[in-house]
Amino acid sequence: MQKAKQNGRSEIKIDDIGLNFGGLRALDSVSFQVKEPGVFSIIGPNGAGKTCILNCINGFYRPTSGKITFKGKELNKLPSHEIAKLGISRTFQNLRLYTGMTVVDNIMAGRYMLMNYGTIPALFYFGKAQKEEAKHREVVEQIIDFLEIQAIRNHVVGILPYGMRKRVELGRALALDPDILLLDEPMAGMNLEEKEEMARFIIDICERREIPVVLIEHDMGVVMDISDRVTVLDFGHKIAEGTPDEIKLNPAVISAYLGKPKE
Amino acid sequence: MGLPSGTFSESYTQDSAIIRTRAQWLLLIFGLIIAFTIPLWLPAIPGLTRFIPLTLINVMCIYIIAVLGLQIMMGYCGQLSIGHAAFMAVGAYTSGLLTAKLGLSYWIALPCAGLAAGIMGIIFGASALRLKGFYLVASTLAAQFVIMWIINSWSTVTGGDAGLRLPYPTIGNFKMDSDVKFFYLILICLIIGTFFARNLIRTRIGRAFVAVRDNELAANVMGIRLSTTKLLAFFIGCAYAGFAGSLWVHWQGIAFPELFNLWLSIWLLGYLIVGGMATTIGPFFGVILIEGLNHSLATIVTDMGAPTFAIYLRDFTFGIIIILFLLFMPRGLAHRFTLFKTYYRLWPYTY
Repeated sequence: MQKAKQNGRSEIKIDDIGLNFGGLRALDSVSFQVKEPGVFSIIGPNGAGKTCILNCINGFYRPTSGKITFKGKELNKLPSHEIAKLGISRTFQNLRLYTGMTVVDNIMAGRYMLMNYGTIPALFYFGKAQKEEAKHREVVEQIIDFLEIQAIRNHVVGILPYGMRKRVELGRALALDPDILLLDEPMAGMNLEEKEEMARFIIDICERREIPVVLIEHDMGVVMDISDRVTVLDFGHKIAEGTPDEIKLNPAVISAYLGKPKE
Repeated sequence: MGLPSGTFSESYTQDSAIIRTRAQWLLLIFGLIIAFTIPLWLPAIPGLTRFIPLTLINVMCIYIIAVLGLQIMMGYCGQLSIGHAAFMAVGAYTSGLLTAKLGLSYWIALPCAGLAAGIMGIIFGASALRLKGFYLVASTLAAQFVIMWIINSWSTVTGGDAGLRLPYPTIGNFKMDSDVKFFYLILICLIIGTFFARNLIRTRIGRAFVAVRDNELAANVMGIRLSTTKLLAFFIGCAYAGFAGSLWVHWQGIAFPELFNLWLSIWLLGYLIVGGMATTIGPFFGVILIEGLNHSLATIVTDMGAPTFAIYLRDFTFGIIIILFLLFMPRGLAHRFTLFKTYYRLWPYTY
């Protein structure tokens, strides 16, 4: 699991993208790039367009202008499953797990595209199919160990509490062996203890796998603590980028969150 | 090693095996022996053949094969279909025409039947790439009507309403012209079909099916190509139907369109609901319970001197069973079976 990624291999470049929904301008010439391993946070008030950026990277939305490149490949026209194959993995703001499957199967399903055997061996479950299943199961068990969810391994996801589901979803995203990980509010609705654990997982992932993690989060305490760089969005515009300390003192950010002082 | 409680896996292959204890092996072998000797012990028990004749067992096995296909499509991949009987008809008429008109051997025609039904499934399943839920149901209903209309109207080839007379399959000089002989063919097909279905759903393909059913968007982001996965589910599900249809008409010796009407499609759906979605054992429970009950009740009512009522009783009991199951056991008999297994596995400590 802890294979080191080469630096710069997983460079993602968002170049001047815009996104329109009818007359609504959801994103307006936003650009940034992420290349070094570490936590790259995107923050902003509600409706600022944070999730829109992730959806554009994933191919759910097609940017109306600008382009997104990953490892030198343009993502704008690729279908979602091809984008996943390039090594981009994500979690969702509202959980999107396979609720009918067990935890192990959910994470195994994440390794779908890394397994290579066809339908015929699957029907017989013999030879290659069996070997591949065992091999990938081992990786999945390592992820389960890492996320400390051994006890719920064989539980159906539908019956798990919210915090556990968030963890399983993180596990499924990790199962793709991503070169970049996009996390959409992984700590929403969690208590302090759960947030701390999740923050620990995120830092561990960055360090052990040496991959960049793009994090969208509303909890400023967490964001300022674990981020290496922060980008701030407001109404589809990028208003600031920098280290957490720079962002804290940035007047544009303060006015976006707290409003402008009266003249 | 006898009791499942306290059985621990030492490798991942062992952990994902279906049969893990010696007791399970014994049960499997014992079950297979019972199944293969049905034609021997069934007539030996007095009165039993009146309630469960061998013809009924043949029909049950054929239905189970078809419902297994529906299970893969609907239970696992979430692609609703109420045109399943039409795909059985595609299989039936493919092998029927190949043997009756072209004189091919049945052993070549049978795989062709599965293949043709599967391809037809892909053609009609293509609408699943755009449609979901209720709208997909409507488009599979179209498959039912279109396919049956073609078979009905193209009477110069298919024989239309009058039916298509079929030769019995032969192996050398051995002619499969009795219920018993066909029982073995159907049973072997059922065993292979179950084996394939069980294996398929515990591999990456099966997980992709469930992923598409549970959350299409997430499945797509996780690298699963939706179009091919859905079409593969349609292909496999309809191929099962094709095999079932082909076995049915060749056992009967005649194929006619009325066998595969809309009601059969709805019945197949009913078996699935009663048996339980997303389990391989579900179709077995559903078909055996409903068909067994139907036939037994019909026999009893006929004995009581109301044979006309017995004809309508079939639809009546079906409706009652479906309503009762949806109300009290919406997850089907298979779920009860799972609960029982969990209990048994932890026995004697029930926590």
